[in-house]
Amino acid sequence: MNKLTQNIRELSSNLLKNNKVDMVIGFKKGTIPMAVSPMAAHNIEQTKEFIWDSNCGINLANFISDKKEKIGIIAKGCDSRNIVTHITENKISRDKLHIIGVPCTGMIDKIKLQSNFNDDITDYSENGEDIIVKSGLIEKNLKKSDYLKSNCKTCMHRNPVIYDELAAELVQEQKIEDQFADVKKIESLSIEDKWNYFDNLLKDCIRCYACKNACPLCYCPSCFVNESNPQWVGKGQDKTDIKTFHFLRAYHCAGRCTDCGACVQACPMNINVRDFTRKLIKDSYEIYGWEAGLDITKRPLLDTFSLKDDDSFIK
Amino acid sequence: MGNLLEHMGIEKQRLHFSWISSAEATKFVNVAKEVTNAVRALEPNNKFVKTLD
Repeated sequence: MNKLTQNIRELSSNLLKNNKVDMVIGFKKGTIPMAVSPMAAHNIEQTKEFIWDSNCGINLANFISDKKEKIGIIAKGCDSRNIVTHITENKISRDKLHIIGVPCTGMIDKIKLQSNFNDDITDYSENGEDIIVKSGLIEKNLKKSDYLKSNCKTCMHRNPVIYDELAAELVQEQKIEDQFADVKKIESLSIEDKWNYFDNLLKDCIRCYACKNACPLCYCPSCFVNESNPQWVGKGQDKTDIKTFHFLRAYHCAGRCTDCGACVQACPMNINVRDFTRKLIKDSYEIYGWEAGLDITKRPLLDTFSLKDDDSFIK
Repeated sequence: MGNLLEHMGIEKQRLHFSWISSAEATKFVNVAKEVTNAVRALEPNNKFVKTLD
């Protein structure tokens, strides 16, 4: 068991023992290697199931919307930014939360890792920044930094931005030369090529909505895609409807997306849906100097107005 | 929104934003002309068109 897991179990059992919270939300081991599933521990016994490794990529802030109980939550950098977003959007109040911060050194891209093996991965373990992966045929020692999820590679907030206590020492933030290189690549295409790029990106989409279900920002009780009166978007596999869904889903995340990558990780068809949200992150940053979820005293980007705002687009 | 539409391949000249008061009839006419001219200058749109069969 790694040190982090040990600390998380200890901190969460203390919280429950002292009745500071009603439950702690964290991760437990999944049913297959490299899988983890979110869980809520209601008693000290259950905290023994908590684990932490580089597979805990999905965003736990997804599970705190409108909760009435007092909650302990394990939060890495991006989770903490989404918790801030939840607080500023009144989805939970700060005093209902006890945040156990986990400084993060990035999460693993399982698909990239699996592509190294001809058969299924049967065992996975970590030793610091090295990962040891076994399949039926072969065992490999690999560097974790070579297999990071694409959003972790450009992450500028590995340390939690808000926390009550920490489960480990803070880590050094990354220095990234050009954090929007991927967006600029698409921007440089011609208008036809852009259209074809996204056509090609979405060709495998099966409209399962895993991206929106994994996203902590998508908390509306009734989503526009499910409504039938009026029906905003067709529900079938029509190409236009698929693109409309992805376009609108992304736009609902404008100025709120923290680039946690939960949508990409949840996608069963391995579609990089971040190509939509990344553009919004770049624009928010470049036009308004805004990064989502850094400060609980600031109103969300699309909720504020300043005379200095760019208005060149309006006639 | 205009930026994201352009990012995914819809020409920016197809989407216009304006603030017009109900008393500004002349401005409305001018903007409507500008919009139609800008859109006419482009090729006919064949994107985001759903064909029903």
